Parts: sequence; C-alpha cells; structure tokens
Amino acid sequence: MTRNPIILSVALLASLSFPALAEIDLSGSWQSKNHEDALERGAGPNPGDFTGIPFNDSGRAFALMNSQSQLSMPERICAFYSQWHLMVGTFGMKMWNESDPITGKTVAWVIGAWEDRAVMRIWMDGRPHPGKNAPHSQEGFTTGVWDGDVLTATTTHMLTGYLRRNGVMTSDQATMITHFIRHGDLLTVASETVDPVYLTEPYYITRTFVNTTNLMASGGPPCIPGDEGVPVGSVPHYLPGKNPLVDEMTQLYGIPREAAMGGAETADPAFRDKIKDKFKTPPKCQKNCGGPPAGN
Amino acid sequence: MRYQIWGMILAAALPLVAQPPRGGRGGPPPTPQAMAPIDLTGYWVSVVDEDWRYRMVVPPAGDYMGVPMNAASKKVADAWDPAKDEASGDLCKAFGAPSILRQPEHLHMTWQDDRTLKLETDTGTQTRLFHFGDWKASAGPATLQGDSTAEWEITRGGRGGPAPDPNAPPQGKGSLKVTTTHFKAGYLRKNGVPYSDKAQLTEYYDMIREHNGDLMLVVTIVTTDPEYLREPFIITSHFKKQAAGDGWKPTPCSVRW
Repeated sequence: MTRNPIILSVALLASLSFPALAEIDLSGSWQSKNHEDALERGAGPNPGDFTGIPFNDSGRAFALMNSQSQLSMPERICAFYSQWHLMVGTFGMKMWNESDPITGKTVAWVIGAWEDRAVMRIWMDGRPHPGKNAPHSQEGFTTGVWDGDVLTATTTHMLTGYLRRNGVMTSDQATMITHFIRHGDLLTVASETVDPVYLTEPYYITRTFVNTTNLMASGGPPCIPGDEGVPVGSVPHYLPGKNPLVDEMTQLYGIPREAAMGGAETADPAFRDKIKDKFKTPPKCQKNCGGPPAGN
Repeated sequence: MRYQIWGMILAAALPLVAQPPRGGRGGPPPTPQAMAPIDLTGYWVSVVDEDWRYRMVVPPAGDYMGVPMNAASKKVADAWDPAKDEASGDLCKAFGAPSILRQPEHLHMTWQDDRTLKLETDTGTQTRLFHFGDWKASAGPATLQGDSTAEWEITRGGRGGPAPDPNAPPQGKGSLKVTTTHFKAGYLRKNGVPYSDKAQLTEYYDMIREHNGDLMLVVTIVTTDPEYLREPFIITSHFKKQAAGDGWKPTPCSVRW
C-alpha cells in the first residue's frame, strides 16, 4: 500500500485542530478508597441506618421488614447485588473498552464484575434501551455518551437490589445514571438512582477511585449455593413494627430515630435544626471505630 | 520536499492547537473569569447522604472509621477535648480548608474580581479565596483557609469546533482545580481527627446536570499530610444548585454541634 503523505498530513492536522469529541481513556485498574462511608462500604451499614435516604413510606416500610438472613436463603444466596453496588460496595473496578474489529471504534466500556456484582457493559454504539417490558437482570442494560471528557452512563432493566446494604431497596423500575470524571490518577464517579416506587427524589452518591498498577481481576469467583440453615420455604423478615434494630443508631450514636429513619429532608442541612435538642454526643465510640492498623 | 513543506505546516499548527480554547487575537488575554468553562457562581446546598453521622452531628470520641490515620494522629485524636477548644477560643478547627466542604452548609460563590473566585459558607461563616494566574501569597502566619491557587482544566476540543451549545450539560466542559497550602492545623472531622500545618489540599470542582434538571457540584477533595496521614485522604462532596439563597443562614463555628 502506498501512503500519500499529503493526505496523511491533512488528516493529522484536521484531527489536531478540530477534535469532535474529547473522549479519554478510562481503562485500567481503579482502587477503591473507602475513606467515606467506610463502614457502609466495608463490613456493612448499621441496621436501621437510613440517614440521608430519600425514600418514601413504602421504601421505609420495606427496609424495616428486611432481615439480613435473607441472603442465607438458598434461593437468594447467589442473588448478586445490583449495579448500584459499584457505589456502595468496598471493591475497586477494572475498566476496559471493547472495540469494533473493523473500525476500531469503541463499542462498549466495560467495568468488570466482582464477587457480588455483575459486569457493567456500557454500550457506546447508540443502540437503544430495550422496551419497558423486556426481561430484567442483575446486570441491567447500560448505554453511555460522552459529554466532553465525562462519560455518562444510564442503566435500566436491573432487578430489585440494595440501595444501602441494610435493606434499603430499589425497585426494578429504578434507573441509575453515572458520570465518570477523570482527573489524572483520580476517577470520580458521581451516580444517582431514580426510583419511582421507593424514592421521592434522586439519591446521589459520589466516590473517588485511584488508578493503580496492581492488576485487578476482571471477574469474580463463581457463587456456589449452600445451606446456611434457613428452612426451605421460609423468608426471614420482621413484621411491621417488630424490627428490634430500629433504634440501633440511637443507642450507638445518639442519633434520634426520626433522623435514622431517613427521608429526603434528612439530607438537608436545615434538618439539623429539628434534631439539635434531641441529639447528645455519646461519650465514646462503642464499635466499628476504625483507627490506624497496629504498627502505624 | 513535499514532506518538508507539510512538516513545516504541521509544526506551525501545533502551537495553535495547544493554546487555551478562547484566546483573543491581538488583544489582552482573556481573564480567568472570562475563560471559565463552567459557571460556579451562585448558591449551592450540601446533599448530606454520605458520612451522615460524621457530618450532621458530632460523632463520639474515638470514632475514626475511614480516615487513614497514623499512630501520631490517633494519639492527638484520643486527647480531643471540646471543652479545651472552647476555653482556648479554638472553635473553628473543624471548619478549615480540608474540612469545610464536609460541613452541612450552603455555599455562595462569586467573583471577587476577574482573577479571584470567592467561596463563602453559611455554616461557620467562612470565606475562601481562589486566586488565578501568577498570584503570590503574602508572607504571614498561616490562616484557617490557607492560600489557594486556582486553574481551569478546560476540556480540549473547544478550538475551531462548532459553536458551543448553550443547552449542553456542564459536565465535560472543564473543571476547576484548587491547590491550598499554608493553613493552620485543624480537624478533618468534628471529633478531633487532626491535620497538621504541613498538610496540603488539592480539590477538583466539577458540575453535572442530572436528568431531572438538577445542577450538581461535585468536589473531589484530596488532603495529604506527612505528619498525620498514612496516605492521601480522598473524599468527594456534592452540592445541589439553588435558584436563590434560600436557607442561607450564617452561623458561627461550634465544637459541640
């Protein structure tokens, strides 16, 4: 093949002067820094901690009925978390792009699965989301667009899943919109979940991941169902008004129940005025207190 | 010969491409205010749905979950005594530059002049100044909010392309990077988790328009401290744009609330 240097030069010049898009490379291994919501993303949130969750009465009632033992049911032991687990789980993420073998264009950005979260494949080729009655899955269906150098992904068709890992749930009508913002070795991920069934307004979470040269796995080990002692046909739960853990936040942190039970107003700074006279700082942290590891 | 000619054309074009996207021809360079790829001015309110119990209330002594503290830090934090801070008049130690954007608060951002962006908070009644250009801090003692230099990180692709769509979302147009030093020691959290006067702060301010029209400000906050942190402390705060200053309620610093 003969290459015409003039055509090549013009093409190069054009590409430098008139970049149509500012797509950037998001590929790599991104380490999760659990410096905020560390308990929620690590061992798991306290029972009855619904602070800041903008759910409605239905969402709250559903959360209060939840028993974590549901995860021990043979039917649910391998029910992976929804894509929202990217934001509230403890793990980092391995990210890469899949290209069309002919054109070389990126067809999809992919966030590899982890132990308890399905792969997120962000389709970039303009394909539409399935119809509203199409089957839902743990993975859901995600499309993406570039806004300058920010990748915005929209996920629909997810199964119901945890919004917070203590029983706060999303419905299968939820939509998750995620923005990937890269600043050098930092990847800030800003995501919102919109759920017409359980939320009164969008729930926003922002996280920052750090690029690492340590290779992350692009998938997790298979889940193998086992018997953890939950009788067949039984669904662990609490009946309305019978959740024994509803005041855990009050006992541990002095946080009034009206704050612990969440709702959109609990995320508003003005809400502090409502609880100021009811809150009393406990004298000492009782458990899950953190601090430096031994020898540091 | 043809290779040389086209090589020269390319070489001449490259500096043009590398310039900021909105430079004038023959006139003075645009000011930082004029160059702003995103409009951060106006009122913003915290959406406190992360680290709630560390931000909306004062956490109990000894609750350090998530902060990459070292042993020296823990020793200082274990000795936290709000009464002592009150007695010494140190009421604002949890309202310094590394922690002020974790307070439940409203922000008011304005241009003080065309090279200085001002960020005010109602909680703690604090003011930060972000200086663009070749601003140099004056000598003097460290302050609560320190000395901040700012620069726009403007997304490439603006020059020569189609006219920007005024209805396009703000995300991806660019970011504000702020670097802050020379601030007084204080608390990363209200319960006495310390940062030292050797700490440095780097922040990125990004704007996002959500599907329902909400305009969000996302601030990535990186605090490094050779004295009290094992690794950079990295958190992200988000705020929702307000049409006006509803809820703006200046309050003084407090060590117990």
